[in-house]
Amino acid sequence: MESKILAVITMEPDNIAGGAPIFKVQNREELQQTSFTLEKILDANAHEVNSQTMILVRH
Amino acid sequence: MSQLGHYTEAIIIGILFGLIARIWMLRTDYRQYPTYPHGYIIHLSLGLIAAALGAVAVPALLEKDFTAVTFLTVAAQQFRDVRNMEREMLLNLDEMELVPRGKSYIEGIAMVFEGRNYLTIFTSLLTSLAAVLFKSWWSGSIVGIIVLLLIRFIKSGQVIREIADVSEGEIRIEGPNLYVDDIYIMNIGLDDNKKHILENALGVVLKPKNASGRVTLGNMGQRQAIIHNVSTILGVYRDTGEPALLPLAKRDLKDGRLGIFLLPQDRNIKEVFEVINLTPVLEGAVRQPTQAQN
Repeated sequence: MESKILAVITMEPDNIAGGAPIFKVQNREELQQTSFTLEKILDANAHEVNSQTMILVRH
Repeated sequence: MSQLGHYTEAIIIGILFGLIARIWMLRTDYRQYPTYPHGYIIHLSLGLIAAALGAVAVPALLEKDFTAVTFLTVAAQQFRDVRNMEREMLLNLDEMELVPRGKSYIEGIAMVFEGRNYLTIFTSLLTSLAAVLFKSWWSGSIVGIIVLLLIRFIKSGQVIREIADVSEGEIRIEGPNLYVDDIYIMNIGLDDNKKHILENALGVVLKPKNASGRVTLGNMGQRQAIIHNVSTILGVYRDTGEPALLPLAKRDLKDGRLGIFLLPQDRNIKEVFEVINLTPVLEGAVRQPTQAQN
């Protein structure tokens, strides 16, 4: 089983780079909201990397 | 029955007991396949064939018809196909389960189906052997009944209760991390999911009774079997598009305890314990390091 990062949602886009689409958000509420939407659409787990960043991972 | 030929009598009584054995072993409940009428028909028909093969073998040998024995090898081939058939079907069905059975459980079930056909042959063989040797159908019946009781003993395997103690564990969420007691389960990002989990989840901790139990509980197939059983019998709070609401079992690396995060629809902890206690220990998961010879 290979896990894959499908998307990154972050308040600190400067700290992140790489292949998955990166969604920039302004605050915690927006972070939760965007992650929620993406989780349901992609059927992938939303995991919190730190308080500023979430990743969507397909396990 | 005395007007029938001596062998005919033995064959009939052999087939009868073989079939009784197969019916007896075809016990069904929610944990097991088949719960379907056609599943019954398939397995009873194959059971009848198995019983007939076993019953005919003894008279055939006594008549010095040695080639008849080769038919038993054909039967063995046939029943290996039964195993493949069951495996394939269950694997296909598994793709559509909210909480899959897992490959080890399926392999175990398929193996049992093959094994039970051999037990059927065995029963009818011994029954007809006794009927032929003692030249009476009732001595065959007595042996048949003894074999049936013996089979009852052979077929029942171990259950979780025998290898581990079950207790309730507290569901905790610290930041994004989900724990059952002190065992880390997974990272939950969304506040919404945390809310669902705190409302609906139950935590269970399995403490292995010895070193063998520790290794057996570590097997991923065994863990999946436990989770599957709880989810089928008590329902599961889960749907597609809700990947975080996934029942999981993780180990404590230090002492081999198993923390199980469950989302039963029926949140009755007593019933959860009961279901877990009665989950079979999978043949493919059993390890007995303590019995190893040096």
